[in-house]
Amino acid sequence: MIKSLDPRITRAEINLENTIEPLRDLDQWETYEVFHQKKRGDQHMHVGIVHAPNAEMAFIFGKEQFGRRGLSVNIWVVKTRDVYVSDYEDSDIYDTVPEKNYREAGGYKVMDKINKFKKGF
Amino acid sequence: MYGNAYIDPNDKATAMTAGEDPKKLEEFEARIARGEKIEPMDWMPKEYRKQLVRMIEQHGHSEIIGALPEGTWITRAPGFRRKLALMAKVQDEVGHAQLLYSAAETLGKSREAMINDLITGKSKYSNVFNYPAFTWADACIIAWLIDAGAIINQVANAKGSYGPYCRALDRICTEESFHLKYGHDNVVTLATGTPKQREMVQAALTRWWPPIMHFFGPSDKISNHTEILMRWKVKMATNDDMRQQFLNMYVPKIWDLGLTLPDENLKKNAEGKWEYTEPDWEEFKRVINGGGPCNAERLAVRRNAEERGRWVREALNTTESKYIVPLA
Repeated sequence: MIKSLDPRITRAEINLENTIEPLRDLDQWETYEVFHQKKRGDQHMHVGIVHAPNAEMAFIFGKEQFGRRGLSVNIWVVKTRDVYVSDYEDSDIYDTVPEKNYREAGGYKVMDKINKFKKGF
Repeated sequence: MYGNAYIDPNDKATAMTAGEDPKKLEEFEARIARGEKIEPMDWMPKEYRKQLVRMIEQHGHSEIIGALPEGTWITRAPGFRRKLALMAKVQDEVGHAQLLYSAAETLGKSREAMINDLITGKSKYSNVFNYPAFTWADACIIAWLIDAGAIINQVANAKGSYGPYCRALDRICTEESFHLKYGHDNVVTLATGTPKQREMVQAALTRWWPPIMHFFGPSDKISNHTEILMRWKVKMATNDDMRQQFLNMYVPKIWDLGLTLPDENLKKNAEGKWEYTEPDWEEFKRVINGGGPCNAERLAVRRNAEERGRWVREALNTTESKYIVPLA
């Protein structure tokens, strides 16, 4: 048994030569993506992942991991495998025409026409 | 907190890019040179992935094992506020391990595999945590000076090339600044306290000085592939440069408190470089390979925690669980 400087370890009666079976796949569960909101009205921000066996535990771990200091009012968790993602290899799907001012407010200037129209009145 | 990653000096630098597509390699190196970050699904040389996994994983293990010497003093911290602060610090360290393991996972190594490699002794962790914290003052010296060393290392690495590691480090560095202030406050309290307190903190400092000098890893003269790792921005500063930076920032602060360091040759020379007795690298190798005063206990404690918690983890697991590599 380990006689440690740490009384908690001595109390745990640990054999120095203990051997264990290796951890198997999924021993640490799957992952959840965590979204954190600092204050009411802010957008939730993606902050990272936690490993958890279910959503409730993912929430508890997410709260400890990302909400233990600073402001927090809300956390969302969602299974990583439920996130639908686009592939960076396909990022050309976001390509478009370089000139897009037809869908900007600044693309529509009518004062010239109006003034000209008024003058000719 | 954490120590510099230990890289086997026998790895051959020339073998590091063997078999790589020269065009892809050139493109990859150009991206890094432009200051772009490499993200999980991007092409990367095998050796880049391997070194990063090793480094991030070791960093994560160091956070987990580092919680042990400091945790020693939670039950006997002097006063309620210091107990609260120490618990918060230890919780932060374990939280840092979670962030780091997640970053390493994006490179394709599962958390189970990392934990297995830790508890079988295959993966290393920072050598300093193989030494015991004999007194409360040891815990104070760790919190101040080991965390100070860690910050130098982590601030440098946060400017590295791998996106997920940089993001984890940014979050970690913010928290480490509390650790450093907390540690300094503790050391100052002892150093400006009663003669007994001063004696205690001086003894702890003397004990910890050799491990602190080992902290940044062997001298650059010994390592033969620093150059390529620095070009890939896996390593951001040489071991000796980080050691110099540490000495420059902290030796004056130590001397300000009237404390002494157990190295007669320690001084700043006319060129502004610190001179010191070369640390005992044989001792460093002996300890990192399992021969230190606490190696066996640290790993036995981790194995025990994994083993006794296993039934809980298994009971919570569901058959429909399915692991996929984290996204970012």
